[in-house]
Amino acid sequence: MPTVSMTVNGKKVSGEVEGRTLLVQFLRENLRLTGTHVGCDTSQCGACVVHLNGDSVKSCTMLAAQADGAEVTTIEGLADGETLHPMQEAFREHHGLQCGFCTPGMVMSAVDLVKKNPKASEAEIREWLEGNICRCTGYHNIVKAIQHAQTTMSA
Amino acid sequence: MQDGATGIGASVKRVEDKRFLTGKGRYTDDINRPGQVHAYILRSPHAHATIKGMNKAAAEAAPGVIAVFNGEDMEVGSLPCGWQVNNKDGSPMHEPGHPPLARGKVRHVGDQVAVIIAETLEQAKDASDLLAVEYQTHEASIHMDKALGGGPLVHDEIGTNLCYDWEIGDEAEVDKVFAGAAHVTEIDIVNNRLIPNAMEPRAAVGEYDRSDDRYTLYTTSQNPHVIRLLMGAFVLSIPEHKLRVVAPDVGGGFGSKIYHYAEEAIVTWAAPKVGRPIKWTAERSESFISDAHGRDHISHAKMAMDKDGKFLGLKVATKANMGAYLSTFAPCVPTYLYATLLAGVYTTPVIYCNVKAVFTHTVPVDAYRGAGRPEATYLLERLVAKCARETGISQTDIRRKNFIPADAFPYQTPVALQYDSGDYITTLDAAEKAHDVAGFPARKAASEAKGKRRGIGYSTYLEACGIAPSAVVGSLGARAGLYESAEVRVHPTGSVTVFTGSHSHGQGHETTFAQLVSEKLGVPYDAIEISHGDTDKVQFGMGTYGSRSLAVGGVAIDKALDKVIAKAKKIAAHMMEASDEDLEFKDGKFTVAGTDRELSFGEVALSAYVPHNFPHEELEPGLDEKAFYDPLNFTYPGGCHIAEVEVDPETGVVTMERMTAVDDVGRVVNPMIVAGQIHGGLAQGIGQALLEGCVYDDSGQLLTGSYMDYTMPRADNLPSFGVGTESTMCTHNSLGVKGCGEVGAIGSPPAVINALVDALWDVGVRDMPMPATPQTVWNVINSAGTAAAAE
Ligand code: FES
Ligand code: FES
Repeated sequence: MPTVSMTVNGKKVSGEVEGRTLLVQFLRENLRLTGTHVGCDTSQCGACVVHLNGDSVKSCTMLAAQADGAEVTTIEGLADGETLHPMQEAFREHHGLQCGFCTPGMVMSAVDLVKKNPKASEAEIREWLEGNICRCTGYHNIVKAIQHAQTTMSA
Repeated sequence: MQDGATGIGASVKRVEDKRFLTGKGRYTDDINRPGQVHAYILRSPHAHATIKGMNKAAAEAAPGVIAVFNGEDMEVGSLPCGWQVNNKDGSPMHEPGHPPLARGKVRHVGDQVAVIIAETLEQAKDASDLLAVEYQTHEASIHMDKALGGGPLVHDEIGTNLCYDWEIGDEAEVDKVFAGAAHVTEIDIVNNRLIPNAMEPRAAVGEYDRSDDRYTLYTTSQNPHVIRLLMGAFVLSIPEHKLRVVAPDVGGGFGSKIYHYAEEAIVTWAAPKVGRPIKWTAERSESFISDAHGRDHISHAKMAMDKDGKFLGLKVATKANMGAYLSTFAPCVPTYLYATLLAGVYTTPVIYCNVKAVFTHTVPVDAYRGAGRPEATYLLERLVAKCARETGISQTDIRRKNFIPADAFPYQTPVALQYDSGDYITTLDAAEKAHDVAGFPARKAASEAKGKRRGIGYSTYLEACGIAPSAVVGSLGARAGLYESAEVRVHPTGSVTVFTGSHSHGQGHETTFAQLVSEKLGVPYDAIEISHGDTDKVQFGMGTYGSRSLAVGGVAIDKALDKVIAKAKKIAAHMMEASDEDLEFKDGKFTVAGTDRELSFGEVALSAYVPHNFPHEELEPGLDEKAFYDPLNFTYPGGCHIAEVEVDPETGVVTMERMTAVDDVGRVVNPMIVAGQIHGGLAQGIGQALLEGCVYDDSGQLLTGSYMDYTMPRADNLPSFGVGTESTMCTHNSLGVKGCGEVGAIGSPPAVINALVDALWDVGVRDMPMPATPQTVWNVINSAGTAAAAE
């Protein structure tokens, strides 16, 4: 079995994987980083979004081997110690989560949006979230949270 | 409510959020037990087939495989149905067996055929390719008309696909009213079949400890005690004291995680056989073909009116799809949760409804957010909108003239329920104001100037939740009680753990329930913890569904809190050498009237556990009280939803421009959480109206079996919502609460479709099916144009 090595949440890790092992499986099964979720098998739901070299990606859509040598950040690595990332704080403040299952992917995706388009309009935010499905919130408070984080992330 | 308040009425931020936001939630699939192996379920690719044979040898010999079991191996009880509905003639419904692994026949695509258990999931899956199952396929009954019209039988031994033929009301009396009516409006209604799609797929981990002969099941359930009872008593014959069921963090349910599913029984049954813990997690494509579906009614309804548009009588005939087997609550959904709601918010004096429940070769259908009440509301509110059109009365006037007046409560409907409180004019007025209905003509003109069409639609609805008084539901066929239990354990230093039988899978109970405690005991909010979801910790529970958590589970906590205060008062009275009648308890302090003597709640708690100065003759040490609460009635939230849509007649694309909901949910404990529940319900309601539809082809293949084909509402399909509450208090529970979990999904679909019909009325559109996808809307517009031209 091939070995992959990468930096996950600032730590160097490596492990043996099958050629077919997905990045999300490597994170959840090998590293036991279960914050990244699997909500579908067709790359639609976004529960699995992590950052790969700074960009949001669906970790169910790439092989672990493809992430060899990459820098990966998962939801577990977003906060600064005990201090929540402004996006996490904004989701809490605006009740942007209910069951919490879509939340890790939603937050990771939203962080990337605000980095890439800090002044995104409501329509642009909603369009960006097209690849993240939430069944609980109706997105209303997720949008509010992201709008709030647009101010706090730039501060 | 001042800043920092944590009692009833405060928008306290949720305590559960920190773990969910940092990836520390603990969902079933996150649990890994030592030595754990993996299960893969082989499912039927056919809707209707006989299993002629199965050769397991190659699969059993595959790398990593530990065991392969099929229906012949797994001789256990049938997955039980929890509700018996009787036919018109009093005879019981047909109740076919439901083996966890199919025996003899498969009856829907997705039916469980075998389980492969291997060291890794990949090995189990690889081995499933080697499992040779020989099927003889048969024609299937997919649509209800075919199933009832001589189509192939789903259960040969029953001899019919009619599960039951049920009625409520006096048909002859209602017919008489119709014969004398000045006007009758009729409507055909299809309530589209939906797939619940909680974002967390179902999962189960089964474990057996030989040393004490004990089983543990971790499962994605809304009601772990119910699963313990159903699986333990009916399927696997494991007594309660030997079976622990844990429902840890659960990623949404919406009804679909109420039921006892085969996979739970399979992993629990197989765990001692393989001597290792077994994990099974659904892939999303399995969820589509194995989670209970929702809705799927076909109805004809008619309303009799006098010459002024006053409702005189309602007659409804409904066919309800049960799917291939009876899921846990399925029979009650189109009967006691549906037909009893057909009075809605109106004074209609006589109602008759006949419901035929039908077996088909499809996934079982059961309660999905709202369960029966969305179907009743959709039928009624579409019909009322059509009554207004046909009588020339405005959409709001016809409602106002037929509303149950605010001073008429308690109000006995002709379909069994007695409403305790409500004020439908107030919610309608508030919704019209919040929506800016006055500005609608200008917005419509602006749309028309762009070549678009704009419409507005109303739904004034009511639902019954806080499920349910046990004696009432027992007389209607429920095989369980529907009370809730709570335990309030005050610790020696005054901190508090509450054990509740309710289960949170997104509702935020850890926050809301702590608010009840903080309000009543005056204990700081961060000294309170809510524990749920584990049958070894919580004494008993009926779980969370039917918007019952606060209205039943919360009231049980309130009762236990009363007992805690009563006992603490006696202890405090003893300590302060006063009579407990002279004691007052407020803001966490016991005071003796007319003196400056006082004791804090914490001091009294300590004394309960260090009982040196304690009324031993009268009381036992400790401060830990339990309560069961069985509600006296259902609760009746209601309100007004107003939808506004814009339609592009060239493409059929519908845009949700505005969605306003003003709901009466009784007392609001946490306004932030209530608004969030309503947002989520609205999204599901709009999803049903515009996007979501489960489609089977005639052979029983599910054509909408993934997120590529089944349209989930995405952020860019929805507007921001306008939500508000206008509450009347529930009169029969101590908190005055009614429930808010389902109102959004119940009230909104007819508002959206009524808005669409309104938008397209002038081009001849008179009806619109759900989901109103662009293709459907385009077709309806174009056939309406042709019809209009032919007139
Ligand atoms: S798990 Fe659904 S997109 Fe990755
Ligand atoms: S919070 Fe439950 S799916 Fe988004």
